[in-house]
Amino acid sequence: MAQLARTIKRRLLHGDAAWAYAFIAIALLVYAMFTAYPVVSAFMISFQEYKPLGSTYVGFENYVNSFGDSLFWKSIRNTIVYTLLTVPVSLLLSFAVAILILPFKKRLQTAFKAVYYLPAVASGVAMSVVWLWIYDPLPSGLMNRLLDVFGIGNQNWLGSSATAMFSLVLMAWLSSHGTSIIIYLAALLGIDNSYYEAADLDGASFFQKLWHVVVPFLRPTTLFLLVTGVIGSFQVFQNAYLMTGGGPDNATTMVGLLIFNNAFKYFEYGEAAAQSLVLALIIAVISYFQFRFLGKDVEY
Amino acid sequence: MALYKQHSGRKIAPYVRNAAIAVVLLVFAVATLFPIYFMIISSFGDPVEAGAANYTLWPKKISFESYLFFFDFSKYSYRWLLNSLVVAGSVMITNVVLASLAGYAFSKIRFRGRNVLFSLLLSAMMIPYQVTQVPLYILIVNVFHIENTYSALILPGIVTVYNIFLAKQFIGSIPTEIIESAKVEGCSQLQIFTRIIVPLSKTVLAVMAILTFVDSWNTFFWPFLVTNTMEMQTIQVGLKNFRFANTTYFAPMMAGAAISAIPMFVLFFSLQKYFLEGVTVGAVKG
Repeated sequence: MAQLARTIKRRLLHGDAAWAYAFIAIALLVYAMFTAYPVVSAFMISFQEYKPLGSTYVGFENYVNSFGDSLFWKSIRNTIVYTLLTVPVSLLLSFAVAILILPFKKRLQTAFKAVYYLPAVASGVAMSVVWLWIYDPLPSGLMNRLLDVFGIGNQNWLGSSATAMFSLVLMAWLSSHGTSIIIYLAALLGIDNSYYEAADLDGASFFQKLWHVVVPFLRPTTLFLLVTGVIGSFQVFQNAYLMTGGGPDNATTMVGLLIFNNAFKYFEYGEAAAQSLVLALIIAVISYFQFRFLGKDVEY
Repeated sequence: MALYKQHSGRKIAPYVRNAAIAVVLLVFAVATLFPIYFMIISSFGDPVEAGAANYTLWPKKISFESYLFFFDFSKYSYRWLLNSLVVAGSVMITNVVLASLAGYAFSKIRFRGRNVLFSLLLSAMMIPYQVTQVPLYILIVNVFHIENTYSALILPGIVTVYNIFLAKQFIGSIPTEIIESAKVEGCSQLQIFTRIIVPLSKTVLAVMAILTFVDSWNTFFWPFLVTNTMEMQTIQVGLKNFRFANTTYFAPMMAGAAISAIPMFVLFFSLQKYFLEGVTVGAVKG
């Protein structure tokens, strides 16, 4: 009897496994064809000089050329500057807004969440078009008129290497932080009241509670947003491409844009592939250290 | 919430405090919404060259001339919207179906190689898209020769690892006993999936559908790479071309931006609940 039960169970399991393979078949095929194969292929291309009819093997030449290219280093520096200026500010803003939304009733919280999230559903191309006009270099441009109120002269926002990077950063500051705000708020609502009560008994002030209860509790959330934020920021390409084209004088050429230009403007597929793999390595190393130093007791 | 003082004695203090906070929040809201406001207000201006255009922050009149100007730019401008709809719609449907099937298999069915295959999928999320873009482009254009077709626009995105992960997380939380008892009743795995898993996962699948649709609608990069005639372009690529061809036409450019963005605003306002829920579904554990 037990034997029979076991056979039946095994047969069922076997049938289940067949179903499982059927359920994941297309997903795996898509993954193999459009992710796994391209990654392997990128490695191979990075050691070749690509030509449509038979590429030639060039060893590490693409890597050597990239590291010897001052523009590559400049693009990495630009990317780091952009990341350092945007990601921490975005985290601070989102954190502050989430804290400020907290005392309101649920319906009002939802309304604020919706308002802050709204810009995120507008396409990046549409927003770049709008910002292009906000940064109109003529005195009638909106930013210039705003500066005029403070008695500061006309700026050639996107056209001058002194202000182009800052213009992209400012645009990031004023774009949607809705996602991070909502995630922070959800984490805030998950903090049990008893911690605040204990702090109250000790006579803790608002800022003491913020520092000793809220900040430690939100550390996993902050780590998550920091890591995803940095990863996203290192791949930034679209705004630079659409608004400045990387200029002036490559002041806003990010790594993502440089790779794009090498691939689809100069058709240097080998160099583009090599640089993209270096970028992947940089992102992996940074993420590793973030987890290492900030994620000590964070559980996932 | 007890992060804030309760002010049990005085009645006015909390109101004053909340009013002050609300002012700060509203100022920040105005700053983030301003570009959208500016886009919509300006799109009602006349389609004249920028030299004559005067930026106003308050609409003096409402004219739809600039919208017509945008649509007149190319005889395919309506087609761009249709293309975006076709691509985003297809990608949405395939993602919901394939990701939920795979998510169910990965979370509830035991089979050989499950963990290895799933980790393999997950590792893909850490690879920046710059790595795959060149080989993917070569594959679509030089190997399959399907550039400038719907297939090229849709195929690479028919199911994303992120959505599989999302589905697995959610379906994994459905009690296994329900599935076991259905099996005892004689349901096949496909029946279990369609009659139990899908009805129980409706909300999360709706979230997935909406976010995938918006994401695909707003994508610029891939359609820009694999289309080379106006006829096959999506609205985002069309908008970019319009901008480069009419650098001085301020109001029509704003109208074009509005045309590309407004469908998503409408979607957002009608399905707001799902959008806001969707943000936390994948991000926060527990």
